[in-house]
Amino acid sequence: MKYRTILVALLAVALVFTGCAKKDATPVVEKPEFKVGLVTDIGGIDDKSFNQGTWEGIVRFGGAHNLVQGTDYKYLQSGAEADYVPNLSAFADEKLDLIIAPGFLFEMAMGEVADSFPEQKFMIIDTVVQKPNVVSATFAEHEGSFLVGVAAGLQAKADGKSVLGFLGGMQFPLIEKFQAGFEQGVKAVYPEATILVDYAGDFGAPDKGQALAQKQYKAGAYIIFHAAGGTGNGMIKEAKERSEKGDIRWAIGVDKDQYTDGQYGDKSAVLTSMMKRVDVAAETVSQMTLDGQFPGGTVMVFSLKNNGVGIPDSNPNLSADIISQVNEYAQKIASGELVVSEIPAK
Amino acid sequence: MSIILDMLPISFMFAAPIIMAALGGLFSERSGIVNIALEGIMMVGGFAGAALTVVLEPVMPGMAPWIGLFVGMAAGVLFSLLHAVASINFKADQVVSGTALNILATGLTVYLAQIFFNQQRTRTFSAGLRKMSIEGLRDIPVLGQIFFEDIYPTFFVMILLVLGTWFVVFKTPFGLRLRACGEHPQAAASMGINVYKMRYAGVMISGALAGLAGSAMVLTQDIQYTVTSIHGTGFIALASLIFGKWSPWGVLGAGMFFGFAQTLSYYAKDISFLAWLPNEAFYILPYVLTIVALIMFAGKTVGPKAAGEIYDQGKR
Repeated sequence: MKYRTILVALLAVALVFTGCAKKDATPVVEKPEFKVGLVTDIGGIDDKSFNQGTWEGIVRFGGAHNLVQGTDYKYLQSGAEADYVPNLSAFADEKLDLIIAPGFLFEMAMGEVADSFPEQKFMIIDTVVQKPNVVSATFAEHEGSFLVGVAAGLQAKADGKSVLGFLGGMQFPLIEKFQAGFEQGVKAVYPEATILVDYAGDFGAPDKGQALAQKQYKAGAYIIFHAAGGTGNGMIKEAKERSEKGDIRWAIGVDKDQYTDGQYGDKSAVLTSMMKRVDVAAETVSQMTLDGQFPGGTVMVFSLKNNGVGIPDSNPNLSADIISQVNEYAQKIASGELVVSEIPAK
Repeated sequence: MSIILDMLPISFMFAAPIIMAALGGLFSERSGIVNIALEGIMMVGGFAGAALTVVLEPVMPGMAPWIGLFVGMAAGVLFSLLHAVASINFKADQVVSGTALNILATGLTVYLAQIFFNQQRTRTFSAGLRKMSIEGLRDIPVLGQIFFEDIYPTFFVMILLVLGTWFVVFKTPFGLRLRACGEHPQAAASMGINVYKMRYAGVMISGALAGLAGSAMVLTQDIQYTVTSIHGTGFIALASLIFGKWSPWGVLGAGMFFGFAQTLSYYAKDISFLAWLPNEAFYILPYVLTIVALIMFAGKTVGPKAAGEIYDQGKR
């Protein structure tokens, strides 16, 4: 008796589901047969950072080709680091045309999954995985940092201040690129300026960021550029607090536009930000893959030339004059007339 | 000398939340319940404090962070009740229950942030707690500059808490009963003390103080609550508690010492006789100094005898 009721219930459920499936199968619009998937890290697609940026790039790509969200382009949220391999593999099993993972956290998982699915095409952002079926997107951080260095140098010069600061998360070549670019940018427009450099040894410790910001601001720093992730939050807090009291100090954001993070009252202590355009990277590679030109095994560098780095579109804290000078430098670097070194001068 | 004057206020900034949370641990452990959930409680307190500040700031900009601190405290109490129920009523292993709370806090705060703010962290608050200067006192030579100029109000709250803890634990009947429950609960019970009640009090006070520490940390040092806002400070607080031999003065000293060591790691490269060391040496400095100090000064660090033991009324 009991079994029969269960069987009936199951049948009913199955019927409901098949009903749904049939409804979805009706084609809606003309579109290319192309599927792209994003595996997010634990941040999720609304993290206001890499995951969100990458997703925006994919959405833009999807919109341009009439793709349907959820079937043609979609994302899988990772709840923990242990989900990276299963999530990437799930998309690979579905045979999506391109599978994207943002951030260096995916380095190991991507290497592993790319080996198990040699037929699938993968893209990793902001780190390098050397496999024939993986394209790695990296950024010319030193070029973007040069631009914010120019902005900082000009702003300090205009306000009669001569000390600037750089706050790094941990000291290794990637973060030194930010330092190198920033220093060269400042020196290009303001050779007499002094630049204080400190590394916090941590990317997730706001208290350490605030301690170092206090140290640098006390030593006279007028503007600090951070490449320190969450540690930089403490620096922004210190800049806000001082500016609010009338002791104007600036912070420069990193990776994304951090203007809103610096808001106090109707102003913001964030002068500008050095943005990595992960959206541009994701959109570009998706398009290339659709066109049959998947650049597997290569490292694509997103620089000023292809709008892969730069300052935000709107910079309420910068004068039009400074913005135009920054843009001039951007063109010089993009055209190859000016070369920015990746290594800080000792 | 001027470098020391620069360093001290920064050390205090680091030390305040460590000491507050360690005082919380003191209440709990003195009552006989090991509380390694300080980290998790701080996270919950930090989240609640930041979330409330974000919501209230547009309405009442001056009061919002103070209400945030209070709500952080309340959230800490509520969260610590889980530990109390598990380890007092259900007689669960206190270390396991504490670990569970730490893990739960990470997920819970991110989950709640997702519900309230639709992102994995709280929105950014505009000011949080600001540094302040005390007119009059700031003009005292040297001391004024260290203690009364550009200092977070949470530093003074912390000092009051140290005094308060000392008074309550060592000078009141409540404190005596609390300590008795931590040393020999069966003897305490034979004198008519309700061990369960005292332990509940200990854990809840620890929740309040750790919650306060968490919200103070986020509201003074950060611009929003993120999952890395607390980043191990609760465990440093636990170390300070042991290092400070379960006494409020010891905790004050240990916390200050840790804050100073942390600050020293950032100033070392400007101090000529330390500047030759590599960067990494400075990052481990606070931890190495803590271990060295533990070995040198601690001797026998004897905690409350019954801490960590499940209370069994029938035991002799």
